[in-house]
Amino acid sequence: MIRINGVSHQIAGMPILSDVTLTLPKGGITALIGPNGAGKSTLLSLMARLTRIQSGSISFDDANVAETPTQELAKRLSILRQDNVLTARLTVQDLVGFGRYPHHKGRPGPNDVKLVNDALEAMALTPLRTRFLDELSGGQRQRALVAMVLAQDTDYVLLDEPLNNLDMRHARQMMIRLQTAARTQGKSFVVVIHDINFAAAYADRIVALKDGRVLATGTPAEIVTPAMLKDIFDLDIVVQQIAGHPFALHQIAPPSTQ
Amino acid sequence: MKSLSLHMLLALAAIVAMAMLSLTIGAADMSISAVWRGQGDDTLILMASRVPRTLAIILTGISMAISGLIFQMLTRNKFVEPATAGTTESAGLGLLVAVFFLPSAPLIVKMTVAAVFAIAGTVLFLRILDRLPVHEPLLVPLVGLMLGGVIGAVGTFFAYQADLLQYLGIWTTGEFSGVLRGRYEILWITGILAALGYVFADRFSIMGMGKDVSVTLGLNYRGVMWVGLLIVSIISAVVVVTVGTIPFLGLIVPNIVSRMMGDNLRAAVPWAASLGAGLLLLCDILGRVVRAPYEIPIGTIFGVIGSAVFLYLLLGRQSHAIR
Amino acid sequence: MRSDSIAPRFGLRLGLLGGAALIAVALFFVLGVPAGAWAFALKFRVGKVVALILVAFAISASTQLFHVTTRNQILTPAIMGFDALYLMIQTGLVYSIGGMATLSIDPVAKFSAEVVAMMVFSTGLFLWLFTAKSRDLHLLVLVGIIFGALFRSLSNFAARMIDPNDFVVVQGEMFARFNAVNLDLLWISILLCAGTVPILWGMRHQFDVLSLGRETAINLGLRYKRVMLISFATIGLLVSVSTALVGPITFFGLLVTHLAYRFLPGARFGVTLIATTLVAIVTLVGGQAIFEHVLGFKGTLSVVIDMLGGLVFLTLLLKGAAK
Repeated sequence: MIRINGVSHQIAGMPILSDVTLTLPKGGITALIGPNGAGKSTLLSLMARLTRIQSGSISFDDANVAETPTQELAKRLSILRQDNVLTARLTVQDLVGFGRYPHHKGRPGPNDVKLVNDALEAMALTPLRTRFLDELSGGQRQRALVAMVLAQDTDYVLLDEPLNNLDMRHARQMMIRLQTAARTQGKSFVVVIHDINFAAAYADRIVALKDGRVLATGTPAEIVTPAMLKDIFDLDIVVQQIAGHPFALHQIAPPSTQ
Repeated sequence: MKSLSLHMLLALAAIVAMAMLSLTIGAADMSISAVWRGQGDDTLILMASRVPRTLAIILTGISMAISGLIFQMLTRNKFVEPATAGTTESAGLGLLVAVFFLPSAPLIVKMTVAAVFAIAGTVLFLRILDRLPVHEPLLVPLVGLMLGGVIGAVGTFFAYQADLLQYLGIWTTGEFSGVLRGRYEILWITGILAALGYVFADRFSIMGMGKDVSVTLGLNYRGVMWVGLLIVSIISAVVVVTVGTIPFLGLIVPNIVSRMMGDNLRAAVPWAASLGAGLLLLCDILGRVVRAPYEIPIGTIFGVIGSAVFLYLLLGRQSHAIR
Repeated sequence: MRSDSIAPRFGLRLGLLGGAALIAVALFFVLGVPAGAWAFALKFRVGKVVALILVAFAISASTQLFHVTTRNQILTPAIMGFDALYLMIQTGLVYSIGGMATLSIDPVAKFSAEVVAMMVFSTGLFLWLFTAKSRDLHLLVLVGIIFGALFRSLSNFAARMIDPNDFVVVQGEMFARFNAVNLDLLWISILLCAGTVPILWGMRHQFDVLSLGRETAINLGLRYKRVMLISFATIGLLVSVSTALVGPITFFGLLVTHLAYRFLPGARFGVTLIATTLVAIVTLVGGQAIFEHVLGFKGTLSVVIDMLGGLVFLTLLLKGAAK
């Protein structure tokens, strides 16, 4: 279980997050949605101790982020940020292999090798494993980074826009893979997602942020409604049901308002 | 992997061959066979001058290459090495200060002062680095070179005031001709530091992926940063005090190795070490042969070769370093 | 362009700077003249003051132009390897034809050839890089610096190969010297500097547009490549003049341009150029008057100025000016 209690954050005097309190149960996919500047990435950074918490507290199960040693946290939670500038020249398998570092500290065992292979396979990277990162396309590199986080094999995985740079096929595969890991291995994913329809189709719960506050929490059916979306995005959006999932037709304005 | 270790063996054999060659070249007339027959003069030359010199070259080559490799990981920039970051010039300034205030102190004390200055200069460089835009990798060496120039200007000013101008030359051109038994042993410190670099190889590789990744993987980012910084600074200080500057060695060797086999330091460190030692041995042999019996300092020879290779790296078509 | 409407705003400040420059020149003539030697001192000092003013202009203009073309105010053309090229030409000449023969060449003819060589280098470097795919200006600067290192090593190499007696001829050129200005070259320097004035002034509005960046400049209809080429050729010429007159000075340009930028914030290229030159005259002529005639130091001004300029650079970096 993730407990976020009264977290506020300011950057250069500007409030980014104001008194965010959230409880997320263990297991499943939580999608973080909201307009630009809502504070989604900041919240994820705070959860993953990449940014120091200014006020409030965050804990994963019994581990308080501010107090638990960073090596311990590395075995419990992993994060993939949005802006990854990797200048190091590593092969795909080297990169993914470093995801195991918190567990083996430089001496990989057979279990580490297996988990790396699994992660490569899951992201369809096995044929590319000896390629250097700078020889990959943007989408392939993004999959390699996700594979690294998967290889870290933590209970909690925080992903900031993991679908960046991915084509339709790989985006769908990625979400299916996350869903499988959540269902079969009991992992918990917190995913910042831009495309609300991916959230609606794959997330177990959606948290909507706006102006640094939690606007709403609920299932996709509860959040992806015209009234709710109007609140979150200040936009009139038609929602239709397809195969049991709500779909937001956000690309076009509703006929009545034209 | 098997072919890799074969290559490694070949590389080591080449280094041993060059080391042997380096032992037999020199101004004084000496032959290995005479040493073998037990002639005292020849043995003395071998043990007091030739062996220390060859060892010094190998140690310097290894440690400079590794310090460049580590520095590039810490800064995540392929154009950084002690001489493009103000570290070398800081060490030189420290040496000047030590010579002025403690003229009769032993070499190890002067080296310590130089190391303290080198550390301070490197910290300053890293602080400046934090303030540079990340997406402009070429700005980093530019700023570092300028910083080196500034520290050099301060050094010149100090030397001018203290009447030590002739000491300026000490760190500007690397030279092995003054290396004798009793004056090179301090270089073993660099060997120890280079080995420490290998122990920390995984952690430096992770640092090369950036702060966020490091924290995610539970690395003590600040701690490892300091270890790297100390290794780089102290190696620079020791080399500056004993040998002088060998520009671009720490830059081109890691770049070649990175191109060959990537930035996983566990694999890259041994290669950087052998390439560094081999290149330096080769340049030293050249410097002693080109105008025998006179000698051209290795810093000059390497300056010509190193800058030419650096230019090639910069302008080479598939320069991944620039990205 | 609104430079006409802007001019009055800075009129007072330009006037102040002009006054300060006049005072500096007056001080240079008046201070420390031995009684009864007025005529002699005046004659001697006229040439010197003219040379210093030329240097002030050449360094200010070349630095400011460099800032505009590279769109980066923390760089100076002096790090681009020009001085090293100048040095290499000197050493190369002595190496190939000998010291006496070098001294017997007509200095004006020799200097003209050197200026041409340096302009060919700067424009050639620029054209080469421009025809390549990458148009990264930082790459250009870095390549320049490394060429500088290559030239310096080559001169060192040549210096080791030439006769020590011949080396004396070269050695004098290696350091900056304000008190021993090369007066043989005064007339041709005046002509060359005067030749750049119509370019600098006539194209001042184009340089303003250039500072907006390549895309914007092209979008606004500037003949980008042509303007850049002229700019680099001019920089090469100006740096040649100042290096030939007083030797290499690295950070002086940074010092004076940033003083001027600070004093006239937001001013256009033309107005700033006047201000920068005046600041440079005040610093150089005034500083030399005090150092040489009052304090009795010889030659230290260049060292002090370099250090001050360097410290300005450091402060800029730490305040994040590179962003």
